[in-house]
Amino acid sequence: MKFKSQSIAWYFFVLSLVLFSLQIVYGFVMAFAHVGYDWLHPWVPFNAVRTTHINLLVVWLLSSFMGATYFLVPDECDREIHSPKLAWIQLASFALVGVVAVAGFHVGWWEGRKFLEIPRPLDYLVVINILMFLYNVGMTIWNSERTSTTVMVLYMGLFSSALLYLPGMITFDHQTVDSYFRWWVVHLWVEGVWELIMGSLLCYLLIKLTGVDREVIEKWLYIIVGLTFLSGILGTGHHYYWIGVPSYWLWVGGFFSALEPLAFLGMTIYAVSMYRKSTRIHENKIALFWTMGCAILSFVGAGFLGFAHTWPQVNIYTHGTLVTAMHGHMAFWGAYAMVNLAIMAYCLPLLTDRKLKPTMATYLGFWLSNAGMIAMTIAIGIAGITQVYLERIVGLDFLLVQKEIEVHFIGLILAASVFAVGVTLFIYDYFRYGFPREAGHA
Amino acid sequence: MLTKSQARAFFVIGTGLFTIIFLGLTVDTLKQIPHLTKQQNMSAEVIKGKHLFDQYNCMGCHTILGEGAYYAPELTKVYQRRGAVFIDMMLQDPEALFPGERRMPKYPFTKEERQSMVAFFEWIGNVDTNGFPKDPPLGKQFIINPTKFDTEAEANVLEPAHTIKKPEIFDTLCLACHAVAGKGGAIGPALDGTSKTRDPKWLREWLTDPQKIKPGTTMPKLPMSDNDLNALVEYLSVL
Repeated sequence: MKFKSQSIAWYFFVLSLVLFSLQIVYGFVMAFAHVGYDWLHPWVPFNAVRTTHINLLVVWLLSSFMGATYFLVPDECDREIHSPKLAWIQLASFALVGVVAVAGFHVGWWEGRKFLEIPRPLDYLVVINILMFLYNVGMTIWNSERTSTTVMVLYMGLFSSALLYLPGMITFDHQTVDSYFRWWVVHLWVEGVWELIMGSLLCYLLIKLTGVDREVIEKWLYIIVGLTFLSGILGTGHHYYWIGVPSYWLWVGGFFSALEPLAFLGMTIYAVSMYRKSTRIHENKIALFWTMGCAILSFVGAGFLGFAHTWPQVNIYTHGTLVTAMHGHMAFWGAYAMVNLAIMAYCLPLLTDRKLKPTMATYLGFWLSNAGMIAMTIAIGIAGITQVYLERIVGLDFLLVQKEIEVHFIGLILAASVFAVGVTLFIYDYFRYGFPREAGHA
Repeated sequence: MLTKSQARAFFVIGTGLFTIIFLGLTVDTLKQIPHLTKQQNMSAEVIKGKHLFDQYNCMGCHTILGEGAYYAPELTKVYQRRGAVFIDMMLQDPEALFPGERRMPKYPFTKEERQSMVAFFEWIGNVDTNGFPKDPPLGKQFIINPTKFDTEAEANVLEPAHTIKKPEIFDTLCLACHAVAGKGGAIGPALDGTSKTRDPKWLREWLTDPQKIKPGTTMPKLPMSDNDLNALVEYLSVL
């Protein structure tokens, strides 16, 4: 690494990996509950496990985005972070808020609104924390001699994520209105501004790993984020079909969300063509694996599998079934988990004593976690399609159908075990080289 | 091919334009929500029910308007499907109603709170959801109509019953656990042919106090009026 303050990224990634591991544990608890083994129920009922599972995801991805930002911005802007001390305070307070939130879920301290369960008092702390972060990064960019499109798109993504957190902090008495604005946060994050973050991180990785001219790579970044908003903003409508709003959302949401895969397809073509143009193959091949993997699986998970049930005519049957969970797993993994793991894999040799050339364990980690996730998606997908057929088409009772599909959750547990081994290898590789070394080396 | 500044212009103009359209549609949607959701029926009780729904994180297992988790049944039409009596009993003691099945925590709801939840479900069941959830195309709810049975099996079971008016609680309470002609729950035994094995006297005693007839049974004692009981016994006696 070039700058001392970049090493803070390593600690943000540590927080991410700890929370990610916990997320997997909670996932197993839920899968077992689906098979009928709900031993923890008297102490931690399913709703607490589920809330913890999805919030851990959000917090670890955010923590990793922040780490990536603290690594990338000094590099691109060619200077130290504005205030490393503030970054440390921000990391500590972010971890603390996260831990309190997760602990609170176990005693019923939550808002009970999917993905926005963090209770209101903690929301304010999150806002303060994010303001510290945006100030610190903003000042770093502002005071630098040079900047880049990549950094500006990244900052725009981070800034709009913060802004879009606010509609989730309003209390509504009306279920429909509540749902309407809840999606401003959830949808416009993951199918909107987070794609700016993802796109800029991919862009940075491609510049570093392929050696293709920055101007070419950054031009296409604009096209991709342009496509994202072109489809994603009105694509919010696919969450509005059935919540008690005018029926024009059926065709507005249907049409524009059908275009959403274009942005992800763009991302895939973009990465693949840059890779093919590459003038040199970077020695850190595992970072390239994760980068290309992200570009491809984000299209499969977020683009293709989302498209598969986004038409209103299909969605009226699949809405609120395990089909959604199937799409959710592959989409978050492909788009957001993998881009963060790619950044970690890229940064690690620069931060620690790991050699650029990857070891066998890191390759195995990549293949096992991806094979595991693909198998998990298939297992939940089969369970979901069976559920839709038996419950929504034939009209069988909910509990009866759940018993019919139990077997697929055994498949899910097996697949998740492979996935967990892969992730464990990734984490092992992350920690085996110890703490980040002093700046200036290599 | 595009230059970098043209690419940037595409991004800025596209984003700006679609943001404006989205905000415009939002204004119109907010104007239409009151009549689409029958907001005039949203009493203080309904609002209290909504906040209880959030407070206990019901969405952590159930879906409502199709949103939430996939561990427990969809609740948008639960009032229409199960009725106030069932919801109230479920909220009092879920495991008593579904013994040995997938578990729901027993929450400390007061009577008023349970009524608020019922009011909330009644309101949301009448929201115009553009047709969600759709009636299962292959599972038409059976209608007691001598000329229209879905299948031969149904015709055999229901032929004698069609002359008797089916009590409403049969659908909302009994079918939660029992099935007739393959439709309903699978917690208790199917009720096809009940009349062949049980006489009205036994049915009346059984429904009045299941534990007395069969100690340790998982069949709950259901609260029902004398009229309901009479109607139910009469109906079961021809099933």
